[in-house]
Amino acid sequence: MIPRRKKRLTWVISLIAGVAVAVSLILYALNQNIDLFYTPSEVLAGKGKDLTRPQVGQRIRVGGMVVEDSVRRDPQTLQVHFRVTDTGPEMTVLYTGILPDLFREGQGIVAQGILIEPDVLQATEVLAKHDEEYMPPELAEAMKGIKHVNPNAPDAYSEPAGDGDKQ
Amino acid sequence: MWRWLHPYAKGEASYRLLGRWLPWLTGSAVLTMMVGLIWGLFYAPPDYQQGDSYRIIYIHVPAAIFSMGTYTAMAIAALIALVWQIRTAEWAIAAIAPVGAVLTFIALFTGAVWGKPMWGTWWEWDARLTSQLILLFLYLGVIALYHAFSDSRTGAKAAGILALVGVVNVPIIHYSVYWWNTLHQGATITKFEKPSMATSMLIPLLICLLGFALMTAAFICQRLRNEILRQELHRDWAQQELN
Repeated sequence: MIPRRKKRLTWVISLIAGVAVAVSLILYALNQNIDLFYTPSEVLAGKGKDLTRPQVGQRIRVGGMVVEDSVRRDPQTLQVHFRVTDTGPEMTVLYTGILPDLFREGQGIVAQGILIEPDVLQATEVLAKHDEEYMPPELAEAMKGIKHVNPNAPDAYSEPAGDGDKQ
Repeated sequence: MWRWLHPYAKGEASYRLLGRWLPWLTGSAVLTMMVGLIWGLFYAPPDYQQGDSYRIIYIHVPAAIFSMGTYTAMAIAALIALVWQIRTAEWAIAAIAPVGAVLTFIALFTGAVWGKPMWGTWWEWDARLTSQLILLFLYLGVIALYHAFSDSRTGAKAAGILALVGVVNVPIIHYSVYWWNTLHQGATITKFEKPSMATSMLIPLLICLLGFALMTAAFICQRLRNEILRQELHRDWAQQELN
């Protein structure tokens, strides 16, 4: 390679390396702020090395799995409350409004709202998360024992709430 | 080792080579896209959770993957343009950028349309969505810089530097769903383990991926031919080509 090109190549590579280092330092420093949500154990036990916990009254997002048999609905209004967990402790989420189609027990959700007690979130928005697995309903039933719920069926969500009310 | 490449530094040779590839690329792209999309949208089984709504994956995932793939290709062209100062590589930046920008837009748009019924929101500022939006801005920046100077070589140099620096964003997009917690799902197929997708759904997706790759290549071929012709208008071969 002729020296002029070698010099230019060195410049270009050091430019990319410099930017890559700068960006990784920025992202590392912002690490906790880039997370979309707190998990329930981070809300209750603290997050990161210094175990910072969100304050009561703070506006946060909480993400976790909806605990089985924890969904309770008010039959008269759109009020609903349920518990979320990530393997560890559980939190209660209160919400008034229409839940997304994918919302069901055992499903991952992200709720945004105000922490009104250390473990209670008054949500203004509930979003459903889904994982990266895709399979036909028959296969899901055979492999995971999941009963297929057609999200388009009108009675798709009354069932888990109905189960919850009986207990 | 690279001696066979040398003739293609000349506009005319590249123009003829691309012209030979173009009909094959276009034909196979149309064919595989039709097979993949019809199979995916009409014949693949519905998903156990998302029902028929998941079918947008057959457009969303190929567009998203190749929005990053074309960016990488553009960055390689920029590297060649900056270090070896080959004009064909400079024109390749201009040819690739709009195609990549459209793919990025398709990925963002289909993602929003998919997000509304499934997640319950069109947009959320999570790491994956935000870094993909930055990719769109990078593409737009490269296009703008390329045309911002009256001297096209200066423009190509400026656009090339931005394209190269922006390549840092590509791994961030890919790993965003692992490094941070996001609303967006993790990787289904672009990982080293077995894809988390049933074979009956995976095969049409792979065909769609191939179709999008061929279509992207065909568009870039055509755009690069146009750019070569536009830049070499004053030369005899270009005049003969046009008459």
